[in-house]
Amino acid sequence: MAWTNRILSVSRGTGIRLSSVLLNEIRHASSNPSSIFTPNPPPVEGPTSEKNLVEAIRSAIDIAMDDDHTAAVFGEDVAFGGVFRCTVGLKEKYGQERVFNTPLSEQGIVAFAIGLAAQGSTAIAEIQFADYIHPAFDQVVNEAAKFRYRCGGEFSCGRMTVRAPYGAVGHGGHYHSQSVEGFYAHVPGLKVVIPRGPSQAKGLLLSAIRDDNPVFFFEPKGLYRAAVEQVPDSDYTIPLSQAEVITEGTDVTLVGYGTQIQVLRQVCQMANDELKVRCELIDLRTILPWDVETIAKSVCKTGKLVVAHEAPLTAGFAAEICSTIQNECFLNLEAPIQRVCGWDTPFPLVFEPFYLPDKYRCLEAVKRVINY
Amino acid sequence: INMAMAGIVRHVSSLLSNKSSIIAGCIKRPLNIRLLHTSFSLFSSDDVSPRGPAYTTSMSGACIPANPEKLCPIYRILDNNGKILNTSEDPKLSNDLLLNLYENMVTLQIMDQYLYRAQRMGAISFYMTNFGEEGTHFGSAAALDPNDVVYAQYREAGVLMWRGFSLDDIMNQCFSNMLEGGKGRQMPVHYGSKALNFHYISSPLATQMPQAPGYAFGLKQSGSKNCVICYFGDGAAQEGDAHASMNFAATLGCPVIFMCRNNGYAISTPIEDQYAGDGIVRRGLGYGMEAIRVDGNDILAMYNATTYARKVCVEEHRPVLIEAMTYRLGSHSTSDDQEQYQDMEQVEYWRRNLYPATRLKLYLIEKEIWDEEKEEELAKRVDREIKASFQKARKVKKSPIDEMFNDVYDVPSKRLLQQQQELWNHLDKYGQHYPIDNYAPSKK
Repeated sequence: MAWTNRILSVSRGTGIRLSSVLLNEIRHASSNPSSIFTPNPPPVEGPTSEKNLVEAIRSAIDIAMDDDHTAAVFGEDVAFGGVFRCTVGLKEKYGQERVFNTPLSEQGIVAFAIGLAAQGSTAIAEIQFADYIHPAFDQVVNEAAKFRYRCGGEFSCGRMTVRAPYGAVGHGGHYHSQSVEGFYAHVPGLKVVIPRGPSQAKGLLLSAIRDDNPVFFFEPKGLYRAAVEQVPDSDYTIPLSQAEVITEGTDVTLVGYGTQIQVLRQVCQMANDELKVRCELIDLRTILPWDVETIAKSVCKTGKLVVAHEAPLTAGFAAEICSTIQNECFLNLEAPIQRVCGWDTPFPLVFEPFYLPDKYRCLEAVKRVINY
Repeated sequence: INMAMAGIVRHVSSLLSNKSSIIAGCIKRPLNIRLLHTSFSLFSSDDVSPRGPAYTTSMSGACIPANPEKLCPIYRILDNNGKILNTSEDPKLSNDLLLNLYENMVTLQIMDQYLYRAQRMGAISFYMTNFGEEGTHFGSAAALDPNDVVYAQYREAGVLMWRGFSLDDIMNQCFSNMLEGGKGRQMPVHYGSKALNFHYISSPLATQMPQAPGYAFGLKQSGSKNCVICYFGDGAAQEGDAHASMNFAATLGCPVIFMCRNNGYAISTPIEDQYAGDGIVRRGLGYGMEAIRVDGNDILAMYNATTYARKVCVEEHRPVLIEAMTYRLGSHSTSDDQEQYQDMEQVEYWRRNLYPATRLKLYLIEKEIWDEEKEEELAKRVDREIKASFQKARKVKKSPIDEMFNDVYDVPSKRLLQQQQELWNHLDKYGQHYPIDNYAPSKK
């Protein structure tokens, strides 16, 4: 990590002693998943540019708006570029009728998106943090999700996409770290998508925007700047409802999404080095509707499954995966399915290092299934 | 500042001299709100703050009272006996249009009575009547263009009927049969029609409201000359969604007519328990939106107010709020009994003296285009048509069972198809315990 190395070398060079607090931070920075990002290979051929997650998302929105003249991007602070800079430059390029601030009301923003989409325009709404999507829950569950169904398909709001940053960021506490996919995975009619990195995000977001159903796109904010990859310059899509086997293996299946994939990559390495265990790592990518087949096929092969997510354990999405897979792969399972999740507490600030399902907790789960 | 003030004065006088609206003289055009905004400037003095407003050294000068000195007046041009009170406000509707309005109001009233009784007899599962509010429906609907888009709450059947939703359409929806647009997935009175530009009703209150500015914004962007009208009640107006909707519409310049049917009750809750201020109309000022309070039972005043609001929306891309004062003569729904909480003397008073159809009828009689003979003929004909439509609809089967799994997404997910197969397998074994014959055959 650049910042840790720089501080350590300055300290050595000048002889200035670092406080124990700072030394601890540096020591644990290596276990902060956001600081270790393994670039993914580009999902399509063609020229690429180095982009972080923010830039990749911006590229997707830019392409969508260039391609579709009804597309509008809106939300709180979107006009000046967004608090995470995802919409920088778009207002200058497309004008303030297509890139604009809304008043501060999430229920208003999501409902506005539903109405705009119903009119036939493409609505790309931004909610500043997934933690704040809750005031819009009624609009999401009672309106967006049921819009097409309740009218026999005469109307639809499929042209809406809602983006929101989710997940741990190191210092977010209760209200800047939440994972909310569990709430929305339970609502028929919605789609929920979570990318693991920049090139995946661009392709998945373009799919989400063009998908004719209301899609909720949760972006791992911890990776906004930390994840850097070669991202294809072209207009490309990655299909929704398709999980991806990132690493093939024979002994244990690991399933996760978003930031957790970075943790699980390290777990694969540790399991291989320490236990000679070859893990098969799968990124779910779409939470709803999810790709049961790919996971089931893997677990029927390995007989062992570990699912990990930051969201709290009880009734988290891992519970849905476990239930389904024990039904699909019962006779192939060699151990109970393990879930490694956030504890059943609100997301705590100072206790974050103990809260997250980090590589050591995940490795322990691997050991449990191997040794069962 | 002097130049800015001069600009404002010029703007106002040009607005006031615009006589193109029938009621331009009666309704004060507002100042362009954007000129008077609490924004920022690099000017301040002892008199004027850089935030825009003037300073005052007396607190009472900066104090807006909780209650106005008098309630906002109600605009009406037809008195209780059908006499025009102000001939310059008479929209001078054609006889054909007036007769059409009246016949529709009577049809709706008779149909409501019929369907209410049908629910009581168990023929349909649920119903909501519109008694007393027919004026708010037809008066506003007649002033709109058929391509103006309607968002409604549930007590606006007349708007849909005016557009062309037939008795058959209503009956099919109430019977939840396979001819209904919604395929029977929702309760009765959750009607809608894409062809008639009327969004489907959903039960949660006020959720349609903040969608209206979104739709309207899209219309505006596309260069359309149409607007959106959004109906809601005095109770729904208290929801957070109502606040969000009006603020978004005014701030983003969306052509929406917000039409509040203030009928005095939200189920059993009277307006005294609903709000402390002077109703809904005054909230417009808070949002920077023009607002009109109108007699909802005066069909001509409703027509005029809606015509004006529509013009503002379409020409100036500004939303307008209309509060239609009316009275709910029936119970909230077939699951409610108004006698438990409503003063039946009050109900009778409104029915006898302020019924919208009656006031219009007296106006038509005065114009000598209606009489009791025509009234009898109309009642007989409507009764016959309703009965026939009812009998026809009750015989139609429900949608095929596989429609339960369609339209969740544009294309059913793998899991939904698997679940559908699971249901078929289940019905193969246990089908005799299910009312399969009531449903049209599935593709399976």
